[in-house]
Amino acid sequence: MTVKAMIASEVAKKVVNNQPLFILDVRNGDAFADWKIEGGNIQYLNIPYFDLLDGVEEVVSELPTDRDILVVCAKEGSSVMVAEMLSEEGVHAAYLEGGMKAWSEHLEPVKVGELSNGGELYQFVRLGKGCLSYMVISEGEAAVIDATRMATIFLDFAQEKGATIKYVFDTHLHADHISGGRAIAEATGASYYLPPKDAEGVVFEYAALENGLEVEIGSLKLEIEALYSPGHTIGSTSFIVDQKYLMTGDILFIDSIGRPDLAGLAEDWVGDLRESLYSRYQKLADELIVLPAHFMIIEELNRDGSVAKKLSDLFKENHGLNIADEQEFRDLVTENLPPQPNAYQDIRKTNMGQITPDKEIQREMEIGPNRCAVR
Amino acid sequence: MNADKVVNAKGLACPMPIVKTRKQMKEMESGQVLEILATDKGAQADLAAWAKSGGHELMESQVEGDVFKFWIKKG
Repeated sequence: MTVKAMIASEVAKKVVNNQPLFILDVRNGDAFADWKIEGGNIQYLNIPYFDLLDGVEEVVSELPTDRDILVVCAKEGSSVMVAEMLSEEGVHAAYLEGGMKAWSEHLEPVKVGELSNGGELYQFVRLGKGCLSYMVISEGEAAVIDATRMATIFLDFAQEKGATIKYVFDTHLHADHISGGRAIAEATGASYYLPPKDAEGVVFEYAALENGLEVEIGSLKLEIEALYSPGHTIGSTSFIVDQKYLMTGDILFIDSIGRPDLAGLAEDWVGDLRESLYSRYQKLADELIVLPAHFMIIEELNRDGSVAKKLSDLFKENHGLNIADEQEFRDLVTENLPPQPNAYQDIRKTNMGQITPDKEIQREMEIGPNRCAVR
Repeated sequence: MNADKVVNAKGLACPMPIVKTRKQMKEMESGQVLEILATDKGAQADLAAWAKSGGHELMESQVEGDVFKFWIKKG
């Protein structure tokens, strides 16, 4: 009997809309503990597929009858097998097409707002990894910020919108995911901007992303302005788009702040991070809407699936922005740091062009959760 | 390392490496060693977890090119 596939975008809709779902995750226990599909209304059961080879009768009683059941594994094979076994027991369960790999690569485009003169701003939410990318569109031209590895999604989206990508920016040299910036720039002829202080090891040509850089998109000159804001990395740079949005990269998130240790320099960079958050950002207009490069927990999503909040609200609510004592701040961002992202050194080398792993290996390098914040 | 039996699961995707390993293991006696060859990356963590949950001992694992080799002693 054939069983139904559920594709990553259907799961994404359920997560964003907070719809009920039951996930039977059949990966091994360590993989499940490390990383899973997160959602506010998801119930879970983790039983490795190899413990179900004799039959699923014992599991059936643990499955709900009032919500959809989705069987999930790493790539797909085992979830199809288990879904088929369930089907033979009379339980209707779907499997996740492409498994956690597909989930890790799925991007959900969400419109975060209208810009002046008919411009639009889109956020690409990578639910499986917590990465956020952006596309600014105005008058048939576009800029892409912090694009993830799945470059064709951005290229196709721009084409759909009838826009030519003119500028590609990365707020910093990423260590948690592979950037799609270089590939997008090569495919479109756009300039690829990186902060020079992060790019010392970069082996390809790039344009310098310097403090105060201003570019204009479209004939009506929609403005994007660069603001140097180090601390996560020494080159980390924010963007102010249309005087309305503040793209903070990995410096400031909705419910947490960036961590400065990815290149092993926590002690050196903590002062920069403090200055960016407590001085540079404090001088900006309160009504700017913060658009970070990551979210950590599903609660950071707004009702429409976007991740965005007013700077003034963050100054009130974000714990990391409200530590008056400098030593306490220093301790928070240098002690008790979460584990480094999987394969972060190889990811950095890939983003610098020093190594070019094949696509399958790039996928493997990115598997797992994102871990670049401290709360 | 000497093995009493060998399972060749090269080129097979999950769940087949474990399905084949498990089948072979059932026909073996406690204390015998099974060698498994696989190319599926997921087999590494899954075989280790499977061996543990079944009371077997993963004695050694090696990587040769793109082939993973495992030696598991039946518990």
